[in-house]
Amino acid sequence: MRALDRKLLRDIRRLWAQSLAIAAVLAGGVLVMVMSYGAQRSLSQTRDAYYERARFAHVWSEAARAPQTLVPEIAAIPGVAEVEARISEFAVLDIPGLEAPGLAQIVSIPESGAPRLNRLILREGRLPVPGHGDEVVVNEAFALAHDYHPGDGFSVTLNGQKRALTITGIVLSPEFIYSVPPGGMMPDDLHFGVMWMPEATLAAAFNLSGAFNSVSLALTRGANLEQVKDRLETLLKPYGGTGPYDRKAQTSNAFLDGELKQWDMMVKVLPPIFLAITAFLVNMVLGRLIALEREQIGLLKALGYGGLEIAWHYMKLALGIGAIGVVLGWVGGYWASIGIAKVYGDFFHFPYLVFLQRPSIYALSASIGLSAALLGAGFAVRRVVTLSPAVAMAPPAPTRFRRGLLDRVAALLRPRQTTMMILRSIGRWPLRAAMTTLGISMSAAMIVAGLFMIDSFDELLDVAFVQVNRQDAVITFAAPRLETVLDDVENLPGVMAAEGGFSAPARLYHGPRSRTIAIEGRRDGARLARVFDGERRVEVPPGDGIVLEARLARHLDARVGDVIEVEFLQRDSTRHKVVVTGTVQTFFGLGAYMGQDRLAALMQGAPQVLLANVMIDESRQGELFEAIKNAPGIARITLMENVRKSFDATMAESANISVAIFSIVASVIAVGVVYNSARIQLSERARELASLRILGFTRGEVSYILLGELFLLVAAAIPLGLWLGHGMAAGMVASFDSDLYSIPLLITRETYIRAALVVAAASAGSALIVRRRIDRMDLVSVMKTRE
Amino acid sequence: MATRVFHTEGITKVYHTGAVEVHALRGVNAELFMGEFTVLLGASGSGKSTLLNILGGLDRATSGRAWFRDMELTAMNERALTRYRRDHVGFVFQFYNLVPSLTARENVALVTEVAKNPMRPEEALERVGLDHRLDHFPAELSGGEQQRVAIARAIAKRPEVLLCDEPTGALDSNTGVQVLDALDRINREMGTTTVIITHNAGIRKMAHRVIRFADGNIAGVSVNERRIGAREIEW
Repeated sequence: MRALDRKLLRDIRRLWAQSLAIAAVLAGGVLVMVMSYGAQRSLSQTRDAYYERARFAHVWSEAARAPQTLVPEIAAIPGVAEVEARISEFAVLDIPGLEAPGLAQIVSIPESGAPRLNRLILREGRLPVPGHGDEVVVNEAFALAHDYHPGDGFSVTLNGQKRALTITGIVLSPEFIYSVPPGGMMPDDLHFGVMWMPEATLAAAFNLSGAFNSVSLALTRGANLEQVKDRLETLLKPYGGTGPYDRKAQTSNAFLDGELKQWDMMVKVLPPIFLAITAFLVNMVLGRLIALEREQIGLLKALGYGGLEIAWHYMKLALGIGAIGVVLGWVGGYWASIGIAKVYGDFFHFPYLVFLQRPSIYALSASIGLSAALLGAGFAVRRVVTLSPAVAMAPPAPTRFRRGLLDRVAALLRPRQTTMMILRSIGRWPLRAAMTTLGISMSAAMIVAGLFMIDSFDELLDVAFVQVNRQDAVITFAAPRLETVLDDVENLPGVMAAEGGFSAPARLYHGPRSRTIAIEGRRDGARLARVFDGERRVEVPPGDGIVLEARLARHLDARVGDVIEVEFLQRDSTRHKVVVTGTVQTFFGLGAYMGQDRLAALMQGAPQVLLANVMIDESRQGELFEAIKNAPGIARITLMENVRKSFDATMAESANISVAIFSIVASVIAVGVVYNSARIQLSERARELASLRILGFTRGEVSYILLGELFLLVAAAIPLGLWLGHGMAAGMVASFDSDLYSIPLLITRETYIRAALVVAAASAGSALIVRRRIDRMDLVSVMKTRE
Repeated sequence: MATRVFHTEGITKVYHTGAVEVHALRGVNAELFMGEFTVLLGASGSGKSTLLNILGGLDRATSGRAWFRDMELTAMNERALTRYRRDHVGFVFQFYNLVPSLTARENVALVTEVAKNPMRPEEALERVGLDHRLDHFPAELSGGEQQRVAIARAIAKRPEVLLCDEPTGALDSNTGVQVLDALDRINREMGTTTVIITHNAGIRKMAHRVIRFADGNIAGVSVNERRIGAREIEW
């Protein structure tokens, strides 16, 4: 081994603590890259492959009842490759041991055998045999939640008729990779199952013989999606079509998209922060090392080593630190990936989600990580190349300080000289102080960005389940009913109050913009489900006009007072002019609200209800559930408590993971920056501090000079970081924004305080380590060495 | 009989550097007296700096005892030694050790701010002939001027003893004489007990008392009947 390389190894060993602190920051960046790229690519590639293999449809539409004779017409739409007409209905589940009734979405399997689109993948057992009306296959998540296997059974109320079913198989469907109950956001596999039954059975149960109420289309390559949707809508309109939608609005796929978007954002935002800080730290540490080894550099040059040769020596040191960081990041990334794969296993139901540990991701992260280290080194090493040996071997001139603005300010304040030293040092190296501050503030920002999600979800839950939705449960009818049905609902055992709910699919037009949504009918004075302005916390009655969800209003570019046009999808294509009377902020879906009577008038019918929001007497809940399981005309009951619980559980799990990850990586950054800054300050100021100790300054007083500067920077960094964190959180909220849901931007004071405390603690911890070195400083030998 | 400021009994100091034991002091018994200007002479490694550091509270003896007046230095803990340095001792080193980010005046103020009965920084600098360079940073001063700032900083708290380890070691003869002159005047005017380590035998003629070191022990003590001024030294 060459002598210079030996020096290199010894340097790394000598600087191990600083090297490790830098390597840890770099490792954070590599970890996030490996994890995010890995998650993103695995998820998108697995999804694409699965969609391909299972022939996942491109367009869907529901209808009230469309004749089978319509199918050839749909197939004739240019661009349509395949049509599958089917029956899709909801039914109340009666599961032994489960008090609250569950909900099943039941989809028909063609009599010819298996579905051709959205193919099922059998995990266990077999598909039902046509003609066997009591056979059913269920989705795997539901089966796992109940430990169901082929041969097990349960009861279901199909259109008011209770039937005992036998499970013949467990399946996966590309339509339910992420399976959420209608109206929900989070999986609730205990109470929500998807099942497939032979078409004849369902047709008989729901009076749909020779008809269908759901259709999915596969398109040819290059087909015009919008045109296909338009044609399909026209064809289905007379049969109560609710408006075609494509993959973007397909619930399961939309959630996967959201997940991919999050990873995409993570991979764009986080690694650059880590890498920039790594480059800065490498630059700082190497710059100091080169300053200390100035004479050695001069000597090497005098001995005949070239400038580039010596520069390469120091670059190798940076590479060494980089390599440690990359390996640490790889190991961390590998474990994090496995953790994510496990979480995905719980959330997403793929037949073969393999978390891809792609060598290319590891190679890419390594080359980016090492580049960051080299970049930082490059700036520090530039000086080595140009330094002349004669100059290098002479002692460096003392650092020049000048009197500046600071001194004029200081003259007024008359600080102690030790304070003056701190201020002058910051004034002398403003860039370094600024970078240190920025680095530390990034760590505070990351914690805020990690923690705020808990605040925001709390807010979301509060608005969704306390302020807006105050009902205990939602009872959904199998078909629209007149409002008088609410009297019957109130007569059900345990129901204390009932209010109706109605909604109609419609397309809203405003100028060139349009959007298909559902308009909800409202009765003034409804107390159980309210339309609520999330920000100002007041109710917004629609009056004679229409109230739009804020994101919908943005989509339509409509403001209060504007006139928009409404076309009901289940009626003719008349466009009704309606004035926008308000906007509200809800976090789920894109909604619009009108007065119930006004809505009924526009739809030319009597006011109807599709569901009842009810208050329940908890002590009679069991009776109510029994009544509902046997009540014809009631499709399902959704307990808000269950919705909230599944929401809470899911959120708690993923929020805890991300909060932990964010806090740890943020602390790593804080420690990396503060520790290295303090070590370098200590190295630069060792003589100064030792002379003060000799002059009789106590350890505390001397530490004040060294750590005072850092604490000043940390004190500046924390508010800056909290502000940056707010910005990051706002960016995240904006990126989460989708048609399915949005997240409120809310950061509590506790979150800010927690972020500040974590950064302060990490800083204080690293400062204490350095403080111990001050305490152990050998005064005599420090004074005897020439700087 | 002059009052003793320092005295030691059987001071030894052993440094362990790797496997090697270096006996820097081998049982030194020394006495230094109030108001005297003492010069410690000797070759490198003869132990003079080690003794000075122990007397100044910078280092600890391996065995033996040392007193400042009636305070036993060898019995003090770290905190007490810091206190001792702060209240009683002024140091001057070969490499000035000024704080580069503070001006001459501020470097002195560094000490006067924590001392019990200091002189004004301006007065201290005037005593070393630098009253015209008050607001200059170390980088703007010559070596001799920097060393004189260091002396001003050392005396500004009116220490009882001034310990100087090769104060002229890094200076040429002209500036060296200026520095020694400043030390001599302070010794005369303020009566500060002054101990100087030097390789330069010519300086011994300035001293009241000269202590010669060899091999970690005192080889001889002599008292000058007649002292010469700094400017008369043959460099």
